[in-house]
Amino acid sequence: MLRCRIRMNPATTPVRRLLNTPPVAPSPFPYHPGSLLSVEDLSLEGVSHILRRATALENEDPLVRDRILAKRRVALLFYESSTRTRTSFELAAKGLGADTALVSSLSSSIEKGESLKDTGLTLRALGAEAIILRHNSSGAPWLLEEATRLPVLNAGDGMHQHPTQALLDLRAILNHLRPGVETVTAETLAGVTVSITGDILHSRVARSNMMLLPRLGAKVVLCGPKELLPELAAAMGPGISVERNFEVALDQSQAVIMLRIQAERLAGMQLDLEEYKAGYQLSSQRLAAHAPQALVLHPGPIIRGLELTAEVADGPQSLILEQVRHGVAIRMAVVERALTTAKQEGGRA
Amino acid sequence: MTALLIRGGYLIDPAAGVDGLRDVLLKDGKVAEIAAPGKLKLANGAEVLDATGLTVAPGLVDIHVHLREPGQGYKETIASGTAAAAAGGFTSVAAMPNTTPVNDSPETTRWMLSPERKAAIRVFPIAAATRGSKGEAINDYAALKAAGAVAVSDDGRPILKDNIMRETLAAAARVGLSVIQHAEDTRMTLGGSMNAGPVSFKLGLRGMPAEAESSIVERDIRLVTEMRDTRVHLHVAHISTAAALAAVRQARRSGLRVTCEVAPHHFLLTDEHVGLYNTNAKMCPPLRSAADRDAMIEGILDGVVDAIATDHAPHALHEKEVEFENAPNGILGLETALGLSLRWLHGEWKLPLGRVLSLLSAQPAALLGLKGRGTLAVGSFADVVIFDPKAEWTYRAVEGKSKSRNTPFDGWTMQGKVRWTISEGRIAYASKTA
Repeated sequence: MLRCRIRMNPATTPVRRLLNTPPVAPSPFPYHPGSLLSVEDLSLEGVSHILRRATALENEDPLVRDRILAKRRVALLFYESSTRTRTSFELAAKGLGADTALVSSLSSSIEKGESLKDTGLTLRALGAEAIILRHNSSGAPWLLEEATRLPVLNAGDGMHQHPTQALLDLRAILNHLRPGVETVTAETLAGVTVSITGDILHSRVARSNMMLLPRLGAKVVLCGPKELLPELAAAMGPGISVERNFEVALDQSQAVIMLRIQAERLAGMQLDLEEYKAGYQLSSQRLAAHAPQALVLHPGPIIRGLELTAEVADGPQSLILEQVRHGVAIRMAVVERALTTAKQEGGRA
Repeated sequence: MTALLIRGGYLIDPAAGVDGLRDVLLKDGKVAEIAAPGKLKLANGAEVLDATGLTVAPGLVDIHVHLREPGQGYKETIASGTAAAAAGGFTSVAAMPNTTPVNDSPETTRWMLSPERKAAIRVFPIAAATRGSKGEAINDYAALKAAGAVAVSDDGRPILKDNIMRETLAAAARVGLSVIQHAEDTRMTLGGSMNAGPVSFKLGLRGMPAEAESSIVERDIRLVTEMRDTRVHLHVAHISTAAALAAVRQARRSGLRVTCEVAPHHFLLTDEHVGLYNTNAKMCPPLRSAADRDAMIEGILDGVVDAIATDHAPHALHEKEVEFENAPNGILGLETALGLSLRWLHGEWKLPLGRVLSLLSAQPAALLGLKGRGTLAVGSFADVVIFDPKAEWTYRAVEGKSKSRNTPFDGWTMQGKVRWTISEGRIAYASKTA
């Protein structure tokens, strides 16, 4: 319903009336309940399940764990370079006993012009039971899921989502601020402020975290210059705000997520890096002065000396390498979920 | 000598001021007689169409379609596109020049008009404003007009340079052609694939700001104002933003010949309808905010909008089954424009039926100076649409006449079912069921 002023006749005064307009149809996604396309597809119970399974699988005897998905087939389809995400997904799947096949855009028929749809159908024909996709275009996992109807795990799509990163960041934060908590509720992170600083505009990590953390009661403060953080980001949901002053953002934060400037996505944007560092670099001095107790996270890859200094990256507050370890556990849980959640016939999961 | 008698229908001809039960006799491609029911003598050999309970109106006129020929016949041909038009109640369509090659020559214009193209209804080519639509050197408008062009436009590739746009407006005015501008400052939409706003931010897609449209409309109006030549006619294609519409409204108040059209998707849908990367909701200009969409509705209801035009833009299935950013812009429109307009403009928003039909026929015909079209006054072309205004039906893209299927309206409820479409006295479309 919308309110719209209509001048029925130029001689009369405008009247207000309610107009009915076409509704937006509900999304049919995800088609497969084992898919993980966006953090928004997960209920808090779904998040809790993944956190619990991550811990259980991490603690499981490797020889027992190895039989959980023995000989099941998982394809990794990577259109962008990746170190952490690719390796941890691969180790996760292999750790559960699955066979993995890696297809990357530079050494496959993608180079010859094969479409994402055809690549996905080919992987399915080869026996893939789930596809882990990293793609430079936002929305690509939805296209792949629609084409293959296989469980698709989004390992990062363009500037849009990177759901396993948000889950592993959550696990790292919980580990320090709410040790032992695996069943999360809308109050689990009440009183916690997480700041995300840097290139928000191009960041799927920021979009994933800002759509997840507030649902657990956390406040998310986005911080960065106007070019990299449009004001409208604050309208993405409750609990999200924009702060231009980095030190003000640090003052409030119990966890500080730093982001890399994504040079590959700047698309001609001119950015003065010296000015950026002066305003937004996380240095030891800044950290000591404004957030001496805060956890420091970074999804990687880090560029030492740009968004944060080497001292901070290697310092006692840094969780950067711990995050990587959480990545394997979380990805074991979502790969297991992908291959053990039965598909329901007839549409929406 | 062929004759066709339409009997028992309710005639709505806004341009002629007719709104009542009338019989209509068509002869030799023209409207021969109009009379009260039962008063017309059945001429020898005349075919009779029983239009009892149906509405009879001037054939619809769409001044913005892409028929894809020459050169892109896998998307649409002039034959398939005009068949789709006829099924949608249209009897005249103006075809944009972004074909392969670009229609910037009398030869291509004539090729499009050749009977070999097997058009089901009348096609009016719009010629490119500049050579190759590159925005650098203007074409020979007199020659293009003589070959059959009814307007000039670089649709899809806006004319950005002030001096070229000024030259285009002046040269077109000299030969009595309208200039149709696709208003988009492409310097502001680089890499963009949907409207810039909260939805594009959330989806991680680069946005096309509303100012990219309004700034060009404002620039063009400024040029028209400065030219002080009453022959100059600027027509803004597929207007989509409140700011651009406000600029047109202001220009009209100043007495300038500035007109605009709105596409059904821009008065119905918003950027929320992109959903999760539905490439059939991707077009240029993109689906805008709710405030912009509401402004389009308001502009139609209060009369500042001159025409409804579909921007019918077919693309093959494989072209749309790709990543959102990589999908081409455009959606189908010819087979849904009447059904959506009747369902929403008339049914929901209470725009009188005559006004809806005028926006789809008399006004666009007048805008491009298509003489004898958009009315059924005696002596006009026998271009008629006969439809059941009450019938509700569900649009199925796979059942359409177009070669392509790219539409966000698949499965939507439509109001008003076309029974017959008559082009210059010949039945161009007849529905299978009465």
